[in-house]
Amino acid sequence: MKNKEPLILAVVIFFSLVTYYLVEPYAHHVMHKHVDSENFTYADLPEITKTGNAVNGKELVMNAGCAGCHSIETAGMPAPMDSVMAAQSYGVNPPDLSNAGAIYDAKFLAELIKNPAHALKVEHKFDEAKAQMHPMVPFYGMGGDIDQEIADMVAYLQSIAVSPADVTPKMAFENACGRCHAVGYEKWTQIGTKSGFKDKKDELAFDIKVLEYQDSLKSYMGKLPPDLSMYIRSRNEQFISTLIENPQNHLAGTAMPRVGVTADSAAKVIEYMKDAGDTKRHERAEVGKNVMIYIVIFAIFALLWKKQVWKDLH
Amino acid sequence: MAHFTKATSVKDWLNQRLAIEKVEKVMASEYWIPKNINFLWAMGMVLVITFALLVVSGIFLLMYYVPTVDEAFNSVNYTIMREVDFGWLWRHVHGVAASVVFLVIYIHMFTGIYYGSYKKGREMIWISGMLLFIAFSTEAFSGYMLPWGQMSYWAGMVITNLFSGGSLHADGLVEWIRGDYVPAQAFLGRFFMLHVLLVPLAIMGLIGLHFAALRIPHVNNQDGEEIDFDAESKKYLDGDKVGSKVMRFANDFMSKDMMVVGIFLIFFFYLTFYNYGFAMDPVNFDPADGLKTPAHIYPEWYFLWSYEILRPFNIDLGLALFGFAQVIFVFLPFLDRSPNSVPASRRGAFKYWFWGMLIVMIVLTAMGKLPPEGIYSTIGLYAAIIFIAMWVALPIITSLEKKL
Repeated sequence: MKNKEPLILAVVIFFSLVTYYLVEPYAHHVMHKHVDSENFTYADLPEITKTGNAVNGKELVMNAGCAGCHSIETAGMPAPMDSVMAAQSYGVNPPDLSNAGAIYDAKFLAELIKNPAHALKVEHKFDEAKAQMHPMVPFYGMGGDIDQEIADMVAYLQSIAVSPADVTPKMAFENACGRCHAVGYEKWTQIGTKSGFKDKKDELAFDIKVLEYQDSLKSYMGKLPPDLSMYIRSRNEQFISTLIENPQNHLAGTAMPRVGVTADSAAKVIEYMKDAGDTKRHERAEVGKNVMIYIVIFAIFALLWKKQVWKDLH
Repeated sequence: MAHFTKATSVKDWLNQRLAIEKVEKVMASEYWIPKNINFLWAMGMVLVITFALLVVSGIFLLMYYVPTVDEAFNSVNYTIMREVDFGWLWRHVHGVAASVVFLVIYIHMFTGIYYGSYKKGREMIWISGMLLFIAFSTEAFSGYMLPWGQMSYWAGMVITNLFSGGSLHADGLVEWIRGDYVPAQAFLGRFFMLHVLLVPLAIMGLIGLHFAALRIPHVNNQDGEEIDFDAESKKYLDGDKVGSKVMRFANDFMSKDMMVVGIFLIFFFYLTFYNYGFAMDPVNFDPADGLKTPAHIYPEWYFLWSYEILRPFNIDLGLALFGFAQVIFVFLPFLDRSPNSVPASRRGAFKYWFWGMLIVMIVLTAMGKLPPEGIYSTIGLYAAIIFIAMWVALPIITSLEKKL
């Protein structure tokens, strides 16, 4: 009698794969909107046509009043108020600008300075015609060529920032996402890292500050932005990447702003989220390789054993 | 009292007290298996190994899991996945094994249906097997509650709601099951108990019954041939190993089992390390939130076909047909009226019934996951009707079957 096992195996594999295809790739394709990456080109924003001068830019940043809301720690400018008070004033704590030049796209920064609601893609929420002003005041120019002035300011921000290669995943996340999103598994709160309290009272005081900050954030955003600890598993890399690039593409009308990170910074944000929610991925790859080698050897021995035992049966 | 002599060896000492040689013969070396089988006959051993993986990984997870609504999610996703050495490994093994075990169960079931292994004295094997299927389903569902993610919570909500019986509005029963108006602490505690104690005990008992049910009718073979096990085993023991139609369970059949297990484990660990997403739904990595319903609620893939029988009808009819689908497989040995216990390929109309049933269940599975809109709900409705109709037709087409 001829051996039917290969045919039977093919039938089993065929039906298993068809089922898998239908309930996994196909069903998810139907259920979830696919958003293509725009490669962080921010094509809707105008190009910077002028060559910026960092020295002029420094002057402009000082005189335009940026430091009235933003700290620039590396330039020796501390935050004018603490994060809780800043959130009470603006809804969310304005970011420190020390490394903004490395984390954010230059075109985005230029547009942000000129027209924040447009750069952030929150014009549906902040409509000037309805007197809904974005908390960040646009820069109206210092009397010269406004495009030149903005190019200078961006050049200044780039000149004081660390090299883009030195931006760490933690820096990128905390700056671009961390003032709205907590990451409990990395002990990150919207007002900073929570750790190392000797006294329970200090810890409670910190928690109260977080809650106060969250109250302001909640009324500013409509709801408390979610903790992102497990988002790398509950969403996926492609979703997160395209959401960061343009939140409106996924959730039309969302209060979440486009934060304008460079492609490189977005990758670092995702790296940070992997560290939070898929911490053991490197160990998994390593152990996985070893287990596969072991199990293949096991299967070979099992096959040889079977051949030896069955030799006498036929 | 039996007569005991001074033992000559440890083995002899044990043998006088536990009859270990006799036990070994009964369980292994003189437990006779037909030779005319293929690798599908090893699915039982594959299931034993997968169940062992589930038990062992489950024991490790149980050491760190905290069954409270406040801590459950973090105990899984933080403590086990980040803090405990290799906790992530045990969790992925457990999650993937829980899904794969159903794939193997379905292969095992359809093997039984194809070769008619539920007929002629093998009815109790089938029935105990279907009871195991129900026990495994309960185990899978209760386990799915434990990470207390969005899908845990909402699947718990939907499934417990089924007990309201549609128009009967037995809401009191639903609250009694939940121990609350919504799935909450009492619910989680109860399902935790079911998952780690009561259902595993039932499964182990049923596995014993399933094996015991095999003893007298013996394992079926590829041609449904009736074998004289006494005569054939005598032939084997007299030295005609080649001529005998049977072989020892160990090591003869066991060596083949292990070969299949080896290949299965390559597949299993590939999934565990490189393609585990299908077994761990992304939605369940969001913590349970009773104020936020997920856009799509669907069960794990192995429940989709019966879920889809529930979905396309109005609530009362849907529940009735869902109930029908849940129990109908148990009655297969009595619904199949044919006198033949041979492979489906030699059974006329039943051959088409078998492949039709397989395809209809795959279609139902696919539609059960897809959103119930447009063409998908139409396909789902027709597939559900065909599923029911095929079971109604089964006694008729099988009683028309000619005796071979």
